[in-house]
Amino acid sequence: MLTVSGATVTFGRMTALDGIDLQVATGEVVAILGPSGCGKSTLLRAVAGLQPLDAGQVCWDGEDLVGLPVHRRDFGLMFQEHALFSHRDVAANVAFGLRMQKMDAPIRRQRVREVLAMVGLAGFEERPIATLSGGEAQRVALARSLAPEPRLLMLDEPLGSLDRPRRDELTEELRSLLRRIGVTVLHVTHDHDEAFAVADRVAVMQSGRIARIGGPAEIWHAPRRAGVARFLGHANVVAVAEDGAVPWGRLPSPAGPVVLRADAFGRVDDPIPEAGPVVAGTVSDVRFRGDRFELTLRTDPGDFELLVRDPHPAAVGDRLTYTVDPAKIAGLDAG
Amino acid sequence: MRRPARALALALPAAAVGAFMALFFAWPIAGVIVRGLGGTGTAAVLGDVLGSASSRSVIWFTLWQAAVSTALTVAVALPAAGAMARLRFRGQRLLRALATVPFVLPTVVVAAAFEGLFDRFGLAGGGAVNLRHTVWAILMAHVFFNYAVVLRTVGAHWSALDARVEDQARVLGASRLEVFRRVVLPRLAPSIAAASAIVFLFSFTSFGVVLVLGGPARATIETEIYRYAVVRLDLATAAALAVVQLAAVVALVVVSNALERRRAVAEPVSSPAAAPRRRGPGLVANLAVMAVILGLPVAALAERSLAAGRGGGYTLRNYTAMAERVDLLPGTALAALGNSLMFAAPAAALALAVGGAATLVVMRAGRGGSRHIGRVFDIGLTLPLGTSAVTVGLGFLLVLNRPPIDIRTSVLVVPIAHAVVGIPFVVRTLVPMLRTVNPRTREAAAVLGASPGRVRREIDLRVAARGVAVGAGFAFAVSLGEFGATSFVPRRPETLTAPLALFRLLGTPGEALRGQAMALAVALMALTAVAVFVMDLWGDTRRGVF
Repeated sequence: MLTVSGATVTFGRMTALDGIDLQVATGEVVAILGPSGCGKSTLLRAVAGLQPLDAGQVCWDGEDLVGLPVHRRDFGLMFQEHALFSHRDVAANVAFGLRMQKMDAPIRRQRVREVLAMVGLAGFEERPIATLSGGEAQRVALARSLAPEPRLLMLDEPLGSLDRPRRDELTEELRSLLRRIGVTVLHVTHDHDEAFAVADRVAVMQSGRIARIGGPAEIWHAPRRAGVARFLGHANVVAVAEDGAVPWGRLPSPAGPVVLRADAFGRVDDPIPEAGPVVAGTVSDVRFRGDRFELTLRTDPGDFELLVRDPHPAAVGDRLTYTVDPAKIAGLDAG
Repeated sequence: MRRPARALALALPAAAVGAFMALFFAWPIAGVIVRGLGGTGTAAVLGDVLGSASSRSVIWFTLWQAAVSTALTVAVALPAAGAMARLRFRGQRLLRALATVPFVLPTVVVAAAFEGLFDRFGLAGGGAVNLRHTVWAILMAHVFFNYAVVLRTVGAHWSALDARVEDQARVLGASRLEVFRRVVLPRLAPSIAAASAIVFLFSFTSFGVVLVLGGPARATIETEIYRYAVVRLDLATAAALAVVQLAAVVALVVVSNALERRRAVAEPVSSPAAAPRRRGPGLVANLAVMAVILGLPVAALAERSLAAGRGGGYTLRNYTAMAERVDLLPGTALAALGNSLMFAAPAAALALAVGGAATLVVMRAGRGGSRHIGRVFDIGLTLPLGTSAVTVGLGFLLVLNRPPIDIRTSVLVVPIAHAVVGIPFVVRTLVPMLRTVNPRTREAAAVLGASPGRVRREIDLRVAARGVAVGAGFAFAVSLGEFGATSFVPRRPETLTAPLALFRLLGTPGEALRGQAMALAVALMALTAVAVFVMDLWGDTRRGVF
């Protein structure tokens, strides 16, 4: 089990990691989710031993790793830009970690074949690195990290350099592969779809701290902090007064900030069962999203902008009334 | 690695390199300085030198011919650097290798080529135009010689620049010329400045070219040092001039190093998208200019070496004559060629050993806390590159004839002197190559379980292997062509090198000897070209500093 406690890293005046506490159980996949510059890559480098800590500890099964050099940690790390050894072929790249373990050549070749088959690159052994496509290079980098069977696999934006379809395809592959081999994983990404698809637990990082950690559904439904909610794409953050008053009327929520998910709204002519309060307004913008529309609704009383997800078409200027599903309102921590 | 082990791994090669450079570079140079500043009752010499009108005019000429040479070289080579960086065409690699040949040609061979050119086209006096012994001859030869410096330094930087930025500017409405002026040139400025500094340095300390092509009429500090020391035997004045030369060179090297450091920071890490592949009249014009500037002198030299003389027609007589004794040489021209080859191998090996150790120091120190040691080595090892070979030769003459080492009259002095001149070439080839290694690759290896020593073996050494081949080729070529330092070695059959023999043949009137000089120049050029060519095709030297 990986235990990070109070990990702090500063670069000059900037604090990249600000007292990070994190545990990853053996066999668990934890995603670190956050915008670029939030310190998530620094956290990985600190766990790998590539970045010395200014304070705090990184432990594996209770053993303090501070002072243990990178190459003795038995961890795997896959970089976004692959960092493949361009002067060697695919097999030699994958075999590198095994050679460091002094594995015998015949077993090594066997293992390389196995791992390449596992990532869907059977028969790629002798291909030069320069001839690989982006997706193939990604798989080779993954195979190289997996081959020595590291006790912890760290993935730094592993799919960051791929186009959307390839990315979705590989996300799915990565998910089932990690499940199948049961490796312990720390996965850094800025894409919440990727994090939710792959991870058992997701830690949302903001400015060097972990703002929220929990299961994907838990985080989606109860982001707890306005920053986390906004990062996940929940635009509707509103302050509820003591008596439940909001700019356009009332909400059945306790006082304090809340987030209304975009799918919390139902047109009155298409009412949500057990519908709660009503909100009326004028459509000021419409965006087509394939299976739905996204509307910007300017509320009648209050002149407040809400992001509304609606299966039915609408046009700018339409006056619409919605009911709000109380189950899709989540309270946020104040401040 | 534990701390003491790491310190030792830095200290051992540092001490070895330090000792070699102290003995064979710093000490001779110190000897020159002490003598020049008036060590033994010649205190007034430096003052006399600086005060005399003729010395001042020599210093002034040295400066302005170097400045004009630099400006002309940049103007001529910049378009070609752009063509090489932005276009892809068949034979490009070969062309780049060919374009590098003039730079590594022995300076005396370059001089011989231009003498041949003037002879061939009747520009050597007697006709309407006389170029022999004029500043024009010197400037032309400097452009020829330094063309590759700009082509390679600026070209490498240029091809590393993201071409999409230029496309962006075009889309925004900038004309080709505006794109060049506002988008390309400002980004290239650091490498143009660095290349200019190197060209200026080489033109400032140019010896063989000025001595032969400038004749008695055109003297630079460098040729004056030689004339005072070797012809007039006035070592005090020679040393004083060498001090002036040294001061100028140190200032230049410091500036050039600062510029290069800025460039290293500015260079993007990732390689940009593929360059546009437009060919056309621009490319043809560039290749034509290149062919005339670089090809014509070489062609003229080859033609002259085969010319039969007054009767006309062509013959191999000039080549067979190399095996015959000539009165003014202590040995035959052929024997001199053999000597040069014999000296080049140990000189290259020595340069590689010392330069390799120095590279180790620069790279290791760069990562640890001992950064200033790396910096001292980086700059310190550039100094012999700029320090004129003549000053080194003068230093050897002044100090290596008494304990701790008395090797002035030994044949050993030649390969050692050549190695000192070759070491910077090895370091400057290896260090930039190793700096191109993406640090992420080293980290990936470390995470996969490679110890720091293993990372160096598995990653750095693989990259350096090509650099070693290239550096060895450079050092070999440098030794083959070394003229400045060798010209101070006592004249004996065993120490007569091909460039020395060539210089004496060139300086002697008479058609037969001139023909033989051309033949010897061609032979020396062929040997050098082979060394450089092999190394260039072997290792991809596009990222080298030269």
